Amino acid sequence: MKLESLEIIKVGIADLNVVKMPNHIRTSGLGSCVGLILFDKINKIGGLAHIMLPDSSLANKNDFNHAKYADTAIPLLISQLADAGAKVRSLQAKMAGGAQMFQFQSASDMMRIGPRNVEAIKKILHSNHIHLLSEDVGGNSGRTIEFNPATCELMIRTVNQGTKVI
Amino acid sequence: MDFIGGISPEHLDILKEVGNIGAGHSATSLSKLLNKKIDMNVPDVKVVSFNELMERLGGPDVVIASVFLRMEGDIPGSLFFVLSIEQAESFIQQLIMDPSFSFSSQSSENELGLSAFQELGNILTGSYLSSLSDLTNLTIYPSVPAFTVDMFGAVISHGLIELSHVSDYAIIIDTVIKEEDQLESDLVKGHFFLLPDPDSFDKLFKALGVTNEA
Repeated sequence: MKLESLEIIKVGIADLNVVKMPNHIRTSGLGSCVGLILFDKINKIGGLAHIMLPDSSLANKNDFNHAKYADTAIPLLISQLADAGAKVRSLQAKMAGGAQMFQFQSASDMMRIGPRNVEAIKKILHSNHIHLLSEDVGGNSGRTIEFNPATCELMIRTVNQGTKVI
Repeated sequence: MDFIGGISPEHLDILKEVGNIGAGHSATSLSKLLNKKIDMNVPDVKVVSFNELMERLGGPDVVIASVFLRMEGDIPGSLFFVLSIEQAESFIQQLIMDPSFSFSSQSSENELGLSAFQELGNILTGSYLSSLSDLTNLTIYPSVPAFTVDMFGAVISHGLIELSHVSDYAIIIDTVIKEEDQLESDLVKGHFFLLPDPDSFDKLFKALGVTNEA
């Protein structure tokens, strides 16, 4: 009998990676950042990007980290998924995160970074014709998420509200 | 210019002194508040990647209690006071003289404990910043401190937003304070994380008599 050892790929902040069944992919401690999952249900391949900021137009370097920004992370994730054998046209999305960890009176842009990340990602998904199946965004709790490409389930854990699956 | 590239060992020493004086005053305040001896470690000043920062307290999903405030004025930045849940509960129990306090209980007396913790955070971060302001002669306007119990990564990443526009690294000034009788092996004690915004370093160094030659 051959035991398939299940591996959990961990994705850090401002990073992305791709995973195939039976392995899972996880990122921990999402605050205002958004964990975006793109997956191909038929080929059982999924990718996760831990996105920090909505857009890269303010990045002043040529060799900046593409995984950090919504507008550059999504195309990069799509191309890595394609390289791994996913069919780009059948990609679907799920996402979680974009919380406002602290409530302040001043509604400065920095404080609204979570909602801005969510808005930016939705726009980019739309322009890439990727359907957003489900989301768990906003609020004021940190999230740890784990995606299983075999079932396409996204497990979301928070400190106060326990665990749920979307 | 990559602001991290211009940081020399001398600069890091200066920042160490900043952390020393800031947290030193906070430790004194805490000691008075609890009527107990509080120890402080030599500040750890480091240039770290965002992910290294996440690992400092054992990983991004370690649950901690934190008081956070934004500094505005001459040197914008973020200041965090981070405690393990056990340590925060112990401080609160001593402050309100109720050994049964716990974050997870839902009783109405919890309000008192939470408000005591917020006040503790106000006092400690306040003394940190006023000594920093005295040292540098710079004006610092602190925001009202916000309090949260959540995953470390989710909390601290809030202090990285400004930095992340220009860098993938942060300069952290990490000073640990702890009760005298506490074991060295406890991973999470009270941490102050001072995370100045990128543009604040030049002003901070100038105010302390070091120019950035790079």
